[in-house]
Amino acid sequence: MTYNAIELMICAAANALEDNKLVVVGTGIPCAVAMLAQRTHAPNLTIMFEAGGVAPILPTMPISVGDSRTFHRGIMATSMAEIMQFCQRGMVDYTFLGGAQIDAYGNLNSTVIGDYERPKVRLPGSGGACDLASFCWRTLVVTKHDRRRFAKRLDFLTTPGYLTGPGAREAAGLPPNTGPYRVITDLAVMGFHPQSKRMQVLSLHPGVSWDMVAAATEFELHWADTPVQTPAPTAEQLAILREEVDPHRYILGRALA
Amino acid sequence: MTSLAGRGELFVDPSTRLCREAFAAKSRSLTPKLTSVAQAVRELIHDGDYLAIGGFGTNRIPTSVAHEILRQGKQNLSFAGHTATHDFQILAAGNLTGRGRTLARVDSAYIVGLEARGLSPHARRVMESGDVVVTEWTNYALAVRLQAAAMGVPFLPSKTMLGTDTFERSAARVIECPFTKERLVALPALSPDVAAIHVHESDVYGNCRIRGTTVADLDLARAARRVIVTCERLIPHEEIRREPHLTSIPFFCVDAVCEVPFGSYPGNMPGEYFSDERHLKQWLEAEKTIEDHQKFLEHFIFSSRDFTEYLDKCGGLRRMQELRQQEWLLQHRSVGTPAGGDRV
Repeated sequence: MTYNAIELMICAAANALEDNKLVVVGTGIPCAVAMLAQRTHAPNLTIMFEAGGVAPILPTMPISVGDSRTFHRGIMATSMAEIMQFCQRGMVDYTFLGGAQIDAYGNLNSTVIGDYERPKVRLPGSGGACDLASFCWRTLVVTKHDRRRFAKRLDFLTTPGYLTGPGAREAAGLPPNTGPYRVITDLAVMGFHPQSKRMQVLSLHPGVSWDMVAAATEFELHWADTPVQTPAPTAEQLAILREEVDPHRYILGRALA
Repeated sequence: MTSLAGRGELFVDPSTRLCREAFAAKSRSLTPKLTSVAQAVRELIHDGDYLAIGGFGTNRIPTSVAHEILRQGKQNLSFAGHTATHDFQILAAGNLTGRGRTLARVDSAYIVGLEARGLSPHARRVMESGDVVVTEWTNYALAVRLQAAAMGVPFLPSKTMLGTDTFERSAARVIECPFTKERLVALPALSPDVAAIHVHESDVYGNCRIRGTTVADLDLARAARRVIVTCERLIPHEEIRREPHLTSIPFFCVDAVCEVPFGSYPGNMPGEYFSDERHLKQWLEAEKTIEDHQKFLEHFIFSSRDFTEYLDKCGGLRRMQELRQQEWLLQHRSVGTPAGGDRV
């Protein structure tokens, strides 16, 4: 069965989510990931949105992290502070983030490109990203893989990954045992080395070579001990994704920006 | 390693004494506060004020107040931007458009962008020009700063922003917990001079009901020194007394009540109408050139007497009816989709 890059990324990310957990998602791909996981191996995965929506039964893709869909037939519509406090006190397992730049330690930039004082591009800033990546147990990043994005040096560290390496999160005062968990791109699935905390390739997507990944990454990237091929989406995953999760192809039909 | 103090500017003194003095002077009388948006903005928002706007993104926002601020040419405002999208885009139209400078200082958590719809070209022009002084925060940090002011304390501790440039450009401080010695980030109380909040229902006194997510608005209503409420519909005071558990903002927090049906348009209002993605796309498109933007603003805002006239220009009742059906998923297939590219 043929599939496109976005479908593969969504399936690969969904495979990383366990059942009976809490996840804070945004709109777009992360939302599709959580919906797919709920409809396959994780029926008791609870979705939350940072503006206050808890456990919606999503009738369609939300457009905003705070629109009515984010609490449609949910169990609670609450405040932003409360969602963040579920995270801060250690109840939320996963969150999904993106960013204009990511470095080898999984730190993210969504604030400026160029110099902070007179930026080439002013981006939105943290929003809730810095909060979620500080508080949630595991942060997943879903992004397009290119050299500009996978940068040796961030122009601005908006959101903490492993900061400068082993022990840095804890030294800064962030909760122990938290941090980036998976980076899922159109080329590969990456994790972080347990000691060095540097990003490493766990699996290459079908048809992708090591050279392609290395060429699309500005920093030095290593293999995990036993690199494998990312499983192709199953027929069941694709059917659910196309027929139930995003029948209008709002997300599946987009080009990767 | 994180330094111990962010070097961003703190725009509002968090001292509880100042807050208490302001709240001591606030009226507690149960008097009708019904007024027009123009009057409320004229009397309650002054040049140089610190302004905060309720809602999240394009959801449950007091659009009419933002328009009126532009029309009245308010100057040098400070602004709290926790996922401020279309409201920020409107206010930014008062900078670099030959109308002085509406925004002078911004506490930013999320500005410039409109979530999945993309970045606002004009808000980018403003923020990249150096015309506005910015201090960085996060959505949670701003929510907690409002919560601290609502609680009447000068700061609250948190575990956000540690180790980041966001902290370096904030005005927060790292402190040590007196009990556990943990590193914490102290977030200074934020008591805005004035807040504008859009709600579903209010009586003439300002007792308000909100349906759906409350974002940071309950704290905002308590933290701000003056509060302008716009509501979808006025309801009788007796209705408030019949079901007091539904009231989430009491009258003594509120200074003005304006009835503005479809007041969150082109944003979404939970249970009422969905966002008008077509209009929001048109707005982003118009901002691409300064000339088109000027024409767009002239047509939709400056030549409109009030919000009702703006709604008429956007398709009036017929369009509102479509958006109401979209909110209730009655025309499932026509539900709007974001215009911009994917954010991944």
